[in-house]
Amino acid sequence: MGCGQYSWAARRNYYIGTTGVDSFVTMQFTSDFQEKDIVFGGDKKLEKIMDEIQLLFPLNKGITVQSECPIGLIGDDIEAVSKKKSKEYDGKTIVPVRCEGFRGVSQSLGHHIANDTIRDWVFDKQTGKEIETTPYDVAIIGDYNIGGDAWSSRILLEEMGLRVVAQWSGDGSIEELINTPKVKLNVLHCYRSMNYISRHMEEKYGIPWVEYNFFGPSKIAESLRKIAAFFDETIRENAEKVIAKYEALTKATIEKFRPRLEGKTVMLFVGGLRPRHVIGAYEDLGMNVIGTGYEFGHNDDYQRTTHYVKDGTIIYDDVTGYEFEKFVEALKPDLVASGIKEKYVFQKMGYPFRQMHSWDYSGPYHGYDGFAIFARDMDMAINNPVWQMAKAPF
Amino acid sequence: MSQNPKHVLDHFNLFREPEYVEMFENKKKNFENPHPQDKVTEIIEWTKTQEYRDLNFKREALTVNPAKACQPLGAVFVALGFEETMPFVHGSQGCVAYYRSHLSRHFKEPTSCVSSSMTEDAAVFGGLNNMIDGLANTYAMYKPKMIAVSTTCMAEVIGDDLNAFIKNAKEKGSVPQEYDVPFAHTPAFVGSHITGYDNALKGIMEHFWAGRERHGNDMVNIVMGFDGYSVGNIREVKRILGEMGVPALILSDTSDVFDTPTDGSFRMYMGGTRLEDMKKALDSKATISFQEYNTPKSLEYAASLGQKTMSFQYPIGVRGTDRWLMALSELSGKPVPESLRLERGRLVDAVADSTSHIHGKKFALYGDPDQMLGLAEFLMELGAEPVHVLATNGGKEWEEKMNALFASSPYGTGCHAWPGKDLWHLRSLLFTEPVDFLIGNTYGKYLERDTGTPLIRIGFPIFDRHHHHRYPTVGYQGAMNVLVKLLDKIFDEMDKNTNVPSKTDYSYDIIR
Repeated sequence: MGCGQYSWAARRNYYIGTTGVDSFVTMQFTSDFQEKDIVFGGDKKLEKIMDEIQLLFPLNKGITVQSECPIGLIGDDIEAVSKKKSKEYDGKTIVPVRCEGFRGVSQSLGHHIANDTIRDWVFDKQTGKEIETTPYDVAIIGDYNIGGDAWSSRILLEEMGLRVVAQWSGDGSIEELINTPKVKLNVLHCYRSMNYISRHMEEKYGIPWVEYNFFGPSKIAESLRKIAAFFDETIRENAEKVIAKYEALTKATIEKFRPRLEGKTVMLFVGGLRPRHVIGAYEDLGMNVIGTGYEFGHNDDYQRTTHYVKDGTIIYDDVTGYEFEKFVEALKPDLVASGIKEKYVFQKMGYPFRQMHSWDYSGPYHGYDGFAIFARDMDMAINNPVWQMAKAPF
Repeated sequence: MSQNPKHVLDHFNLFREPEYVEMFENKKKNFENPHPQDKVTEIIEWTKTQEYRDLNFKREALTVNPAKACQPLGAVFVALGFEETMPFVHGSQGCVAYYRSHLSRHFKEPTSCVSSSMTEDAAVFGGLNNMIDGLANTYAMYKPKMIAVSTTCMAEVIGDDLNAFIKNAKEKGSVPQEYDVPFAHTPAFVGSHITGYDNALKGIMEHFWAGRERHGNDMVNIVMGFDGYSVGNIREVKRILGEMGVPALILSDTSDVFDTPTDGSFRMYMGGTRLEDMKKALDSKATISFQEYNTPKSLEYAASLGQKTMSFQYPIGVRGTDRWLMALSELSGKPVPESLRLERGRLVDAVADSTSHIHGKKFALYGDPDQMLGLAEFLMELGAEPVHVLATNGGKEWEEKMNALFASSPYGTGCHAWPGKDLWHLRSLLFTEPVDFLIGNTYGKYLERDTGTPLIRIGFPIFDRHHHHRYPTVGYQGAMNVLVKLLDKIFDEMDKNTNVPSKTDYSYDIIR
């Protein structure tokens, strides 16, 4: 029960719906495993849970079962239960996800496992309502819609004439996942967490995928052109139009905030794509990222990082609290950008800080609309009067 | 395009702009294959019915939105309350990230805690090596005075033996032989965070007390239990003890731990019960618990060594405070001083001033068992009715105690205790037997949204309001804070319901 409780509604994956009726994002459904379930196994309980969900939440379009540590250790068969119940409920989407916490060295394996379950339990088993396809169909892959990120991204893709068939998985729906193999291009934001399913769709359905970066105007423009290059002249022209449309906003944003942030230094420690992806946005504001690191990066993340960082940038992998503190003490950045567990440590030390997982309850940061918010927030952190008061005058 | 750097729109307003609203509508219509709106409306209405409630209460296997956490969270909380102590959780690493973020989101403070980071190989071979390396690294890197070990599901399912492992680690030189490494088995699939609090505290008591001779003295040990208001409450209890002149020790004092200053340095350790004091606490004449259901095993252990023990149910309000002050007075032989008598009088004065606005109001409340007993009693003192009282981690015994409390006051008539139920049950209760106000933690805001019952935030965790943990809820001053919290919401609602021009101009009073 604990794992579900501590992660309950904590990531700000925005959506719109009637929670508990046709949307279930900010709810915590749990089997509340007890000692007797450990001793006798929980498969029967899981079956009953499925029945109770069907009865009380009749508009649900699918169920995913995430397993916590004990499930794997006692050998419960969540796959068998899912299969059986799916059959019983006329082929209902039920996805068992074997993501016990002890598997692998980090949450990264959980991403991989979850990607594979969509391949095995959604693509291979489910059919949705037929949709007409167009030559401009794309899917946004690897955007969790934190603070609305996927929305401020989607709007740009639509403005350049693309049709976004699916969002994976922020504000996504099961129907969108099912229809994704029909798209012409997968656009991939968080490579780390969703490269697996992108590669699968490339191999199986021949869908190309392209990585993009919607943090900061330089990278956004570069990405829009990169995505447009997969399409015809119309889309390519549209991409230029979109870039031009937002030029005034970008210029005004930079004019307002760059003088306040010019030359300021940043140290990052986050997960997924952000240790490299946000560097350009800081640079657009005249700031320098002098240290960056991944919580759960792989070799291919670090390969990609070298293209982003300047020479002399310190790169650290999976730092401990101790190491990060020492690095910051040594480099004395003007801003530390990391997560909730780091936030208060560095603020006590007098460092301006932004949470870069939850956007510190702000956002979105993606897209042109998001960049203005990003710039405002960095300014508000660094130039905040509170830091002038940390040292007592006596 | 609506964005404007002069006045930046973030998620609060950006997505209400027409270009986004249109985008949402198209996304839904074209790609989500949504249920027809009338079907959704039909189900929404159905979930509000008695029929749905009956089905909902027949649930046997599924838990939805529970109001409890798991054992290790309580164990980590206890450990943090000791001088320069690093909580060490033996098991998977992700769990520790959860406890840290959970506590930090509530207190807005750093939470230090380490994990032995067990993975697949440990699942097969056991976590002994993780313990050996983990203790050595913790000791070398974070230089704590004590490492308090607890466990996650994983270590418990595979049956790791902490006692043997820690001995083994000491033999291997991970930490010195005489170094303090208390431990407790805290399986997350048994009980809740309050059970973990009890197990961990007992583990620390045993570590410092077992096998030593007890020389009774006049000290009193105080245990607060798991408490989101520990910063305010522990300081308040210490102040009251000072007023009374009762020599006392708080066992697990998290008041300074979760309230460190921003002054240029991070203090991984600050405050906490001194280890020397914890040793001495064996000699105390009594151990008093502020939360009975948080401490049964710890108190039993203290009693087995010859200490007097006593427990209260999160004493909030007038009589709740009277009782523990009188008990303390009897125990110490010291009278309740005039200063506290005055405080009491001021609280009763405040209640008298405001009672007409609270009288007869119906409340639903949920949280830990002791806190429910304390709050319900205070509400009845105010003439309010605690109609639904729910504790996901409450049991049969708690239910009986609640029923006895209801029976003790005319305001308890028709009130009901709901042990083992969750917030989805409470949703049904709020629709079928509505109340005026809801009291609970941050997650209550979903119930507020669904049912329209105004939420008064008292409980744990409180993620979306700041700094309330700094103010006490216990003692006469604490009751005053709770009273003001209740009143503020009641008055806000009165104004909100009477502020429509040309419609409800009456009752929108300037004096209340």
